[in-house]
Amino acid sequence: MLELRGVSTRYGPVQVLWEVSLTVGEGELVCLLGGNASGKSTTMKTILGLVHPVRGEVLFRGRPIHRDTPAQVVRAGIAPVLESRRIFPQLTVYENLLMGAYTRTDGPGIRQDIEAVYERFPVLRERRGQLGGTLSGGEQQMLAIARALLARPRLLVMDEPSMGLSPLYVEKTFEVIQDLNRQGIAILLVEQNANMALAIAQRGYVLQTGRIVLADTAQNLVNHPMMRKAYLEL
Amino acid sequence: MPLYDFVPRRDNWYVWLPVLAALLLFPLLVRSEYILSIAVYAGIYIILTSSLNITNGYTGLFSFGHAAFYGIGAYTAAILATRLGLSFWLTLPLAGVVAGIFGAAIALPTLRLTGIFLALVTIGFQEITFLVTLNWIGLTRGPMGIPAIPPPAIGGVALSGNLGYYYLILALDVIVLGLLSRIVTSRVGRAFVAIREDELAAQSAGIPTFRMKILSFVIATFFAGIAGAFFAHHARFVSADSFRLDETFAILTMLIVGGMGSLVGPVLGAVLLVVLPEASRFLAEYRGVVYGLILIGVILFRPEGLAGVPGIIQARGALSRVDKPSGAGEPVG
Repeated sequence: MLELRGVSTRYGPVQVLWEVSLTVGEGELVCLLGGNASGKSTTMKTILGLVHPVRGEVLFRGRPIHRDTPAQVVRAGIAPVLESRRIFPQLTVYENLLMGAYTRTDGPGIRQDIEAVYERFPVLRERRGQLGGTLSGGEQQMLAIARALLARPRLLVMDEPSMGLSPLYVEKTFEVIQDLNRQGIAILLVEQNANMALAIAQRGYVLQTGRIVLADTAQNLVNHPMMRKAYLEL
Repeated sequence: MPLYDFVPRRDNWYVWLPVLAALLLFPLLVRSEYILSIAVYAGIYIILTSSLNITNGYTGLFSFGHAAFYGIGAYTAAILATRLGLSFWLTLPLAGVVAGIFGAAIALPTLRLTGIFLALVTIGFQEITFLVTLNWIGLTRGPMGIPAIPPPAIGGVALSGNLGYYYLILALDVIVLGLLSRIVTSRVGRAFVAIREDELAAQSAGIPTFRMKILSFVIATFFAGIAGAFFAHHARFVSADSFRLDETFAILTMLIVGGMGSLVGPVLGAVLLVVLPEASRFLAEYRGVVYGLILIGVILFRPEGLAGVPGIIQARGALSRVDKPSGAGEPVG
């Protein structure tokens, strides 16, 4: 469904990604692991069209999207859940959700989907008139996920959804991710929390200084000596 | 409901009926030409401040050249009226369109810049506009200005006293504020706020941020041009001195004192800062001191202005992503 082929991305003179290749299949939950400055967020930005690769290509459902604008990427069916949530603090919960549906024009469909995310996250219905900035960190994460769902994505790209959350909400967030995946949404989960990510993912990739150094099933990655030493702290 | 939150809607517009009624009756009670002229100026500044609020308040762009677009509107109206004999009803929209075109022309190359860089470019544009107006004698008559601009005519009768101008600007203000409230409560208006709050998040949600910022700039400059046309037909004389950088700062001050990011804020700011210097005339030289003290007081004690969105200044840029005090626990992982 999503395929990166030999993608290299640079910011001016600094090359961040070196020939990154990865795939996410239909309905799959794949995690992308790596430490700080390994290129995880840049991989995500490249997929979302926020930066364009200098070499290589990004294919989504067989169509190249690496020259597309972020709006075109969203319309194609990829929705982002950005690092540290990044909801709009001065817009209400309801308005935040509407921004997620910005690229859509089907009014009744949007209302129906908003109703559906209220069902999934009752706290958002309770707080629909409140400003996004007044929600707790965990509630903001639910809002960020709900906002992404409003784009009716086939693929969710999530950047560090567990970051800065209480243990309770980390657990809740991962439950939600699994739940969405079971309903058929493919997910690319960019995470530093390798333990949690590998527990729910089917496959994983490991990035190190901008290169993919490991690619395997989640099960094999958990048992890989290098993983155990470097990331799982066992 | 807090004042900054007010937008006219189908279910609440009537709360402004008493205000409107008072404004309609006002000239019947106060028959002084002097007081009416102050009211007319307040009406002009309401348009200028409210339109600047679209870029600086809602979209979070720092534009420092509003008086230039005000001047472009005024000169457009003056030239069209005196050379081509167009009536006010034609020069008014045309002045808005010309100012909007200049707005787009300056926005296209510069809106990739942010913050202080955009501010510097717009200040530069402000100065260039002033110098061109002063020196392009063939078009603007330079330092001589353009006199004898005909007054607006309603039903074939030209306005003479400030009473007519008062009702005209009142109508214009109601229309402009109505349009602006429609804009800021629409999908486009929400996109403006989203860009102010978090441009990257807005962009990745699929908002064409660059196009939206240009649109915001064009809307703001269009209405500045409208205000300029009214000014030209009211003063009946325009000269470059009326549209200098200090005018930009006057409008900006009104916006900051009134409050950014709300519909009510700019109106309060404009009325207060037009009326206040006139009302404190009896203080003679100390007028400036009072003006300064009020500015300092507002900035110290109410940084969001009289009716601005609380936290709007802090919400800009990177700080908007710092978590507010919340129920979230320690970072994990």
